Amino acid sequence: MITPLAAAYTTSTGEAFQFWVLGTVAVLGALGTVLMKKAVHSALSLAGTMIVLAVFYLAQGAYFLGVVQIVVYTGAIMMLFLFVVMLVGITAADSLKETLKGQRWLAALTGIGFGILLMVGIGNASLGNFTGLGQANAKGNVEGLAALIFTKYVWAFEITGALLITAAVGAMVLTHRERTERRSTQRELSEQRVREGRQVPPLPAPGVYARHNAVDIPGLLPDGTPSALTVSDTLRARGQVRDVSGEALSDLAELEQRTAERLGRKPSRKEVGK
Amino acid sequence: MENLIGLLVLAPLLGAGVLLTGGRRLDRTGHWIGTALAAASFVIGVVLFAGMLGRSGEGRTLQSHLFSWVPVGGFQADVAFRLDQLSMTFVLLITGVGTLIHIYSIGYMEHDERRRRFFGYLNLFLAAMLLLVLADNYLLLYVGWEGVGLASYLLIGFWQHKPSAATAAKKAFIVNRVGDVGLSIAIMLMFTTFGTFSFGPVFDAVSKAHTGILTGIGFMLLLAACGKSAQVPLQSWLGDAMEGPTPVSALIHAATMVTAGVYLITRSGAIFNAAPDAQTAVVTVGAVTLLFGAIVGCAKDDIKKALAGSTMSQIGYMIMAAGLGPIGYVFAIMHLVTHGFFKAGLFLGAGSVMHGMNDEVDMRKYGGLRKFMPVTFVTFGLGYLAIIGFPGLSGFFSKDKIIEAAFAKGGTEGWILGGAALLGAAITAFYMTRVMLMTFFGEKRWEPDAEGHEPHPHESPKSMTIPMIVLAFGSVFAGGLFSLNSSFLKWLEPVTGHAEGHSPVSAATVTAGTMVVLVLGVGLAWLMYGRRPVPRTAPRGSLLTRAARRDLLQDDFNHVVLVRGGEHLTRSLVYLDHSVVDGVVNGTAASVGGLSGRMRRLQNGYVRSYAVSMLGGTAVLIAATLLMRGVA
Amino acid sequence: MNPVNYLYLSALLFTIGAAGVLIRRNAIVVFMCVELMLNAANLAFVTFSRLHGNLDGQIIAFFTMVVAAAEVVVGLAIIVTIFRSRHSASVDDASLMKL
Repeated sequence: MITPLAAAYTTSTGEAFQFWVLGTVAVLGALGTVLMKKAVHSALSLAGTMIVLAVFYLAQGAYFLGVVQIVVYTGAIMMLFLFVVMLVGITAADSLKETLKGQRWLAALTGIGFGILLMVGIGNASLGNFTGLGQANAKGNVEGLAALIFTKYVWAFEITGALLITAAVGAMVLTHRERTERRSTQRELSEQRVREGRQVPPLPAPGVYARHNAVDIPGLLPDGTPSALTVSDTLRARGQVRDVSGEALSDLAELEQRTAERLGRKPSRKEVGK
Repeated sequence: MENLIGLLVLAPLLGAGVLLTGGRRLDRTGHWIGTALAAASFVIGVVLFAGMLGRSGEGRTLQSHLFSWVPVGGFQADVAFRLDQLSMTFVLLITGVGTLIHIYSIGYMEHDERRRRFFGYLNLFLAAMLLLVLADNYLLLYVGWEGVGLASYLLIGFWQHKPSAATAAKKAFIVNRVGDVGLSIAIMLMFTTFGTFSFGPVFDAVSKAHTGILTGIGFMLLLAACGKSAQVPLQSWLGDAMEGPTPVSALIHAATMVTAGVYLITRSGAIFNAAPDAQTAVVTVGAVTLLFGAIVGCAKDDIKKALAGSTMSQIGYMIMAAGLGPIGYVFAIMHLVTHGFFKAGLFLGAGSVMHGMNDEVDMRKYGGLRKFMPVTFVTFGLGYLAIIGFPGLSGFFSKDKIIEAAFAKGGTEGWILGGAALLGAAITAFYMTRVMLMTFFGEKRWEPDAEGHEPHPHESPKSMTIPMIVLAFGSVFAGGLFSLNSSFLKWLEPVTGHAEGHSPVSAATVTAGTMVVLVLGVGLAWLMYGRRPVPRTAPRGSLLTRAARRDLLQDDFNHVVLVRGGEHLTRSLVYLDHSVVDGVVNGTAASVGGLSGRMRRLQNGYVRSYAVSMLGGTAVLIAATLLMRGVA
Repeated sequence: MNPVNYLYLSALLFTIGAAGVLIRRNAIVVFMCVELMLNAANLAFVTFSRLHGNLDGQIIAFFTMVVAAAEVVVGLAIIVTIFRSRHSASVDDASLMKL
């Protein structure tokens, strides 16, 4: 993958092939990041792009960075993103309808203009031949980087260490919520419930009488209707509750009918179900 | 010898520093310290004088360079002293009269609880005045010039609890300021023309300078002299300055500070000699002032203000003499010295009278005092004889010479100036006789004051009479001593130069004329005030008398022309400020405000809008970079 | 193929990321777009490193990653805090700094 020549104008054909295929994937991933409605999908698209970039790093002789890209970026940072999406993203998909007047036009204009200028700049830079990393990586990429980091860039390295610590402390400070009053004891909570007269016993479990005990299946009341108390509010807000009451009732009716046939009775006076 | 010159200034300066910062613990000894340091300065002056007499010719001029004051590039201003015959004369006058008046003040200010401060100010004045006359360049002279102005201000307003004194002090300061501006402009002109302030180089360079510039410098110096010496048109402060304690009037506003203008013109003789127009202006100012002051002096009932008018008039003589050029310089200084003696003596006498009369200043409430205060009467009388020019006394010699020199100017100008001087002499005789008669002769006219205290006229203590006696000796003998063998002329000639004028009338004729007008003036005064009893309240008087009582309407003139004019100017400037300047400013502010009101719509708070701006800005930067590199 | 193509890809990704910042309202997605821009820059650095034949470009990319990690930590913490108080992750809702 790396060109051993000191100076060359082209890379190997294999790399070219790889570039065009994976490059397309990367651009698609980037577009997906921007255009997907749901944040989770955006995050996954971005992760794809990052993995492609990791491959490109490896292809260009940056072995250490390639690995770090996968481990740190795709592994840690993107997972952090997903965590936050889970914490925050209760609301359904982000609307892509633009609310700011003229924002989309301006964005398109500046974005395209910026991109064209950037391309023109790169096109005009005299980058015809390239050196390649054969010599620089001769003792191994990691060793080369280490030699630079701990000599020439040691000061910056120390500073970034301080930065990381500061960031960690900052994140903790930002997300930490200070309690302003004493936490209520269990006794106080139960007394409060009794005083307010709402739901004194524990909430009913999901899936009761419903034949499934998954969390998204509400328990059924004696008359066969689903109970709202048995499923989590979050699931209800997302509309992810599976109502099985109809199914259960038809099962019951079928069972009763079969029993009646076996016993030779007429079906009960009251027609249950549909 | 040279080192002593610095001490001359330093001694009173030290006194001022000690007395003004020493605090109450010096209250009991302060006046002795002040007097001792003034006397020390006088002794140093005498030693230097003796040393100077021992040398001859050029050697008589001593120069002492203390330190470089403003060394900037090629320009150099030094704190340097120059002691020549002219400075020496002033040093002796200032320290001599100054010491006497210090001694006098010990008695006069005895009951004043701020006496220590008074002596501090007096010492400050002495230091500044000595700096003025000893300076070797105009910049240092300016320091002394301002210093005496400050001391004068502080001393006129010494009794600042009296509103009139505080106002008078401010008036003196402000009017002086006008003159000071003249001096500073003159110094700037000198600097741009000659590139230096030092006396020697400036006077050497005069011959090469353009006459127009020299005339300008001369006019500005004259303006300065007018301010400091109370000459028309900046004369109005001197009368009010009499609000200060009498020793101050004697020292500063009669004998020394007000003569600084004469010193300035005489010292700058080289410049004036080369600028005839400026000289004409000087003699005009002098002649007008000598008549002006004399007329004012005739009408005043306040003994100190009458004497102040007289001072103005006498300095008018000196300024006129100085304006005559080389034929008059020596006599201007000579009259200055004799005037220093007799006018200081007269003021001290007036102070002594007031001291005995419960600080009454109205001469119409005196009368017949000669029996009660014989020493004061005799010394005051000798000063009186000297100032009117009684033959054989100081004033006779010096004033006679000035009148001669005025005639010697030649042509119509000479006749006019000489006539004015003669007329002035007559009026001098008249008003001084009036003062004399109203104060010491006639019947008693005093009455109890507002609190019912009957004045008990009495002779003043020794500390006051002794200086008066010494000054009386000077009044009597100084003129004769100076004229004997033309000693003063020979003494001063190397510095000021001298030329004999060609008088159209002989010296004897002038003397005779002077005698005639003297007799006329005295006789008229006797007819009006000696033969008839003096009314206790002033009669209404003629138009001229009433105008003269109001200082010949000088304050009214200033009020109408300067104050009103200034108010009108200010009002129109305020209008201009409100309409034009504020209009522009407010208009700018309003347009900026309006523009901002529209601009702030861009600040819609949406971070994505800002991001668009950032990206647009970055795109512009990239475009600019590419354009600059010529690749796009 | 010339490695300059990597640079064009980098520019393209960067522009797409920038456009995403401009048009998306969900703060998390905006953040992801910022990350995309950072990654595009990293790609450019790595490519430059190869073109010039030394490792300094890779070092810079490495530092960029570190800074990006710190930034993400703090940024996400801010998003969580905002969400907690405003019950919204839309950047348009946080628009109090006006007029």
